[in-house]
Amino acid sequence: METPHLHIDELIDDREISIVVCTGAGGVGKTTTAAALALRAAERGRHVCVLTIDPARRLAQAMGLTELDNNPREVPGIDGGGSLHAMMLDMKRTFDEVVEAHADPTRAQQILSNPFYEALSSSFAGTQEYMAMEKLGQLHAASEAPWDLIIVDTPPSRSALDFLDAPARLGSFLDGRFIRILTAPARGAGRGLGRIAVAGFGIFTGVLSKILGAQVLADVGTFVAAIDTTFGGFRERADATFSLLQEPSTRFLVVATPESDALREASYFVERLQQENMPLGGLIVNRVLDVERDLLSADTAIAAAEKLALEDSDTDSVDLTARLLTLHASRLRTRERQHHLTERFTGAHPGVETAHVAALPEDVHDLAGLREVGELLARGTPV
Amino acid sequence: MDETLWPGVGLHVVSGKGGTGKTTIAAALAMALARDGRRTLLMEVEGRQGISQLFDVPPLPYEERKVAVAPGGGEVWALAVDPEDALLDYLEIFYNLRRAGSALRRMGAVDFATTIAPGLRDVLLTGKACEVVRRSEKNAPDAYDAVILDAPPTGRITRFLNVNSEVSGLAKVGPIRNHADLVMSVIASPRTAVHLVTLLEEMPVQETIDGITELRQAELPVGGIFVNMTRTPILTDAELDRAVHGDLPADQIEQALRSVAFADKAPALAATLVREGDDHARRVALERREAARLADLGAPVLPLPYLSDGIDLASLYELAELLRAQGVR
Repeated sequence: METPHLHIDELIDDREISIVVCTGAGGVGKTTTAAALALRAAERGRHVCVLTIDPARRLAQAMGLTELDNNPREVPGIDGGGSLHAMMLDMKRTFDEVVEAHADPTRAQQILSNPFYEALSSSFAGTQEYMAMEKLGQLHAASEAPWDLIIVDTPPSRSALDFLDAPARLGSFLDGRFIRILTAPARGAGRGLGRIAVAGFGIFTGVLSKILGAQVLADVGTFVAAIDTTFGGFRERADATFSLLQEPSTRFLVVATPESDALREASYFVERLQQENMPLGGLIVNRVLDVERDLLSADTAIAAAEKLALEDSDTDSVDLTARLLTLHASRLRTRERQHHLTERFTGAHPGVETAHVAALPEDVHDLAGLREVGELLARGTPV
Repeated sequence: MDETLWPGVGLHVVSGKGGTGKTTIAAALAMALARDGRRTLLMEVEGRQGISQLFDVPPLPYEERKVAVAPGGGEVWALAVDPEDALLDYLEIFYNLRRAGSALRRMGAVDFATTIAPGLRDVLLTGKACEVVRRSEKNAPDAYDAVILDAPPTGRITRFLNVNSEVSGLAKVGPIRNHADLVMSVIASPRTAVHLVTLLEEMPVQETIDGITELRQAELPVGGIFVNMTRTPILTDAELDRAVHGDLPADQIEQALRSVAFADKAPALAATLVREGDDHARRVALERREAARLADLGAPVLPLPYLSDGIDLASLYELAELLRAQGVR
């Protein structure tokens, strides 16, 4: 079965596309892929903004991101007629800005100094995902902005699906009935929950304040009361960006490496996107070993290496050649295994357009390196 | 190596950047420590069911299950800890609230409680690990010789383990505070070792360096650095040096290839071999640079090879054997 080829250039040249989301398991090279794609799109004439979450120091430097200021900065040194802005997400500051933009100064101050807000905005499970979504929504809504294409990297979550689920989870948590009951116990608490549940809830709040301390519950209460009146529901904001991701102008690129864990994660994501009617651009398999497969088989290479090793020769180059043949054989075998694993993915998801990107011997740390990755992405086949 | 690493350690916490093989190493460690009739418990806390996939057994419930037998009659057991279950346990022990707890769980209230206080979740998870570790002090029949915790990744490990500061915003007195103190008395003691898994690549190594600094600042006991998926260079040092400088003798290689009857293909093949040699040499140079950075950290470094056939139960035995040869016993 022939896997359809993912043509990256067609995708980034398509003016109808305004959002590209790079997603996948941790450690597969999402950030580098997003950055390389953004640079390539910019140099092909698009006006691009790339939102990265947690780039490696040198990659950030490559894009001129030396400080984290939560605003897109223009990347110098772009060839061609396009432009590139890049930014790193600062989740705490994004959250602060949401609060400041929607509350009057007094109330904003109340919220920002609340101890529960402090915890929520810096260490809450899901806040990073929520704020990545929020920032994407902001970048997209900025009508004066110089960009027409936003490329997003997703947070290094435990699971790639967290990016889709965490915002709604956090939103519904903040809008949820428990938080409401907890914060307004006097006012007909638990209406609709049933009497037994209310009794259970009484025990629950009692236990909770024993475990957590009454202060924590009080802080949560003040926080929710303050935030509730200022803007209409976290959930709605999360939902709005979520539906943006279902638009035909969005493309998801699922990034993986030719390893079983990363491909399994990619599978989950592809299935989930289909369920949610979110437009899948294709699969990018990074770090594919680049090896010439048509010259000779691994077995032939090993046989030749053995033959050379037996040769009674004093020349170093004979031994060297034997070792290089062994190296070639081991690369062929690794490539074979990678091929087998990606074939399994393709078998389960026929029709998903795929690009294979050769492994580079070193990490990317400048624009030239990103350009090279972009080139490999566009080619889409190793070798 | 004759020396035994980490004698007297009952709790091995294994962390590492995503994609470095943290779960695999934790499992191999559990296997290595289970040799000679001993019993170890491998715990996971992130709800990923990574252990069941690795050992090819059905998804683990919140219950200790035997998953493998180690050479010499030892046993590896496994447990997937879920914060909700741990909270229900806790409610039962301290408040005798099992049934009400279950009802609250169905309403989503338990999830709510662990959500508004992330520190609570962590103290429940680490608390479970410590409870198991402390069984051996009491000579309980269900005690283990070692507990291996497949912990959250490097970026979150210090916060996860440092439960005292995590619950500092919570109740100042009462059971959860006592619980946190108890947890810290195990985790911040010589009975615990926190290991980090890395690859010889720039980003995982940087995270390892940062992670060790953080652990030390928090006075948590740093164990070893497990360097996963290492490859032995195929070329000699002299050859690697030539290759890095783009100086491999293509013509002589071509000649050698002709002598083993690759007449037609010899030029193309020689060019390919030279290119692959260069690539290999650059890779090795990068790995050596990263290895040197790890060697400076003052923690034992344990390399484990890349297994080209992927990871299955057989390869866990192989990795466990290699760990034992390096002093993990």
